[in-house]
Amino acid sequence: MTVAAIALNTFREAVRDRILYAILIFALVMLAGSTILVTISVGGEVKIIKDLGLACISIFGTLIAIFLGIGLVSKEIERRTLYTIITKPIHRYQFILGKYLGLVLTLLVNVAVMALGLLGLAYLWEGVSSVRLFLAVLFIFLELMLVTALALLFSAFSSPTLSAIFTLSLFVAGHLSGDLRLFAARFGGAVTKLSAETLYFLLPNLSRLNFKDQAVHGFGVDGGSMGLSFLYAIFHIAALVLAAMAIFERRDFK
Amino acid sequence: MNAIETEKLGKEHRTGFWRKRVCALSQLDLTVAEGEVFGYLGPNGAGKTTTLKLLMGLLRPTSGDARLLGRPLGDVRAKQQIGFLPEQPSFYDYLTGRELLDFFGQLVGLDRSLRRERVERLARQLRIESALELQIRKYSKGMLQRLGLAQALLNDPRLVLLDEPMSGLDPLGRREVRDLLLRLKSEGRTVFFSSHIIPDVEVVCDRVGILVGGRLVAQGPLDEILLARIASIEVTASQVPPEIMGELDHLLVTRPVSRGEQLLLTVRDEGALAELVARLVEAKAAIHAILPHRESLEEYFLRHVEPREV
Repeated sequence: MTVAAIALNTFREAVRDRILYAILIFALVMLAGSTILVTISVGGEVKIIKDLGLACISIFGTLIAIFLGIGLVSKEIERRTLYTIITKPIHRYQFILGKYLGLVLTLLVNVAVMALGLLGLAYLWEGVSSVRLFLAVLFIFLELMLVTALALLFSAFSSPTLSAIFTLSLFVAGHLSGDLRLFAARFGGAVTKLSAETLYFLLPNLSRLNFKDQAVHGFGVDGGSMGLSFLYAIFHIAALVLAAMAIFERRDFK
Repeated sequence: MNAIETEKLGKEHRTGFWRKRVCALSQLDLTVAEGEVFGYLGPNGAGKTTTLKLLMGLLRPTSGDARLLGRPLGDVRAKQQIGFLPEQPSFYDYLTGRELLDFFGQLVGLDRSLRRERVERLARQLRIESALELQIRKYSKGMLQRLGLAQALLNDPRLVLLDEPMSGLDPLGRREVRDLLLRLKSEGRTVFFSSHIIPDVEVVCDRVGILVGGRLVAQGPLDEILLARIASIEVTASQVPPEIMGELDHLLVTRPVSRGEQLLLTVRDEGALAELVARLVEAKAAIHAILPHRESLEEYFLRHVEPREV
């Protein structure tokens, strides 16, 4: 009940924030705008809608995850709203979990709205509903959950600005970490190889969660690799949230 | 059982680039019995807020230990029976007063009907009924303080810890808080509050602790602490024969002040007082009043602060 109350309140805070609506409306306008591109392109058609639509969900979802995520804990400390919360009969980890789930719920609603728009458009064009598209959106959502967990972790011990920098860097690095390994395999000596491998295992490999191409171009989807990617994401999310809890548990609030 | 027990409780902060140690609280031994109203006094920066934060688990002690309601610090079952008002409380300003209290009611584990009932009752008691539907960002400072008191009492606590509950309130509001503290006491609750406003403390407290520079310098009933050091004694007399004035001179600390018929004589201590009174009686003068001038709390603070700063 405690975690649910904190999560719902975090959701309520986001819902009352005008920024969220601005982002959402912008995303929907972009989505609708992609249909114009279809009319001026030769061939391709629905691929463009899917491609742009998925990119939209990913980009605007990430914006929400980072910009709301970096303040999840640090803003509460800065504004001292935390003092009356964690002195209630609750555990500190319940607070962290509640804040995290509240933002995940916010993302869920936003991604759902954008996804409905995209799936609806694709259906209008193709006349069939696309399972692959739905799966691609699901994995975008998993990625957003992971990015939120990253932001939460940084938010538990640093300022919003630093958290934004850390989270953004890891987000970019996470998308490139797969290439890092390839690069090392092709060119590097022993030392380069080792450090690239180490980095690869330290950084979350966000490209593992990218199933956009399969959805857009209709490539076959390997169920096993999808399952592994799913577990990979869940494992990372759990580890990050637990780390945030551990850090928050030991903090002093001056 | 004691409501609050601390044993050599201490807190050092590390600040600045070199992580220099700064002692915020040192070796605090404090006992507050159940049912007592305890005033925690001290000048700004004495460590009052640090103590309250340590007790509420917002800070972790660097030395010593403490128990609230017989349980260790941070224990959730103890917190279930504790209400806390931080200094200058700040709340989610996008919520209305009612939404905030309802949210806090969920955190302390009240069901829906009980939440509604408590929120209504506390809003009435603290006179914030009219503001319940208003967003908190529109609250005045006094309203915020009242809302803070309401949330501290939401769980019907046995022990209430309040950090500067009267700050930000006008004289009327102060009086209301004072009455609230007295009511909490009559209901058998333990109240521990910090303040630097002396008249507020004098009326409601059973005992006080005085904190200066992170150290508890005195603890006990306020009267005893301050009366223990009488600064001077004033004697009001009349019909004092002028010829004995010369003999009284060496007893007085200031020149006699005449107020119409009456004469105000000030002596340093009880010994001088006895001698003065004996002389006056002997000379058949009339004595109207003998008034000990106890040290004020400000003077007390100053006496303890100054040697430390030298």
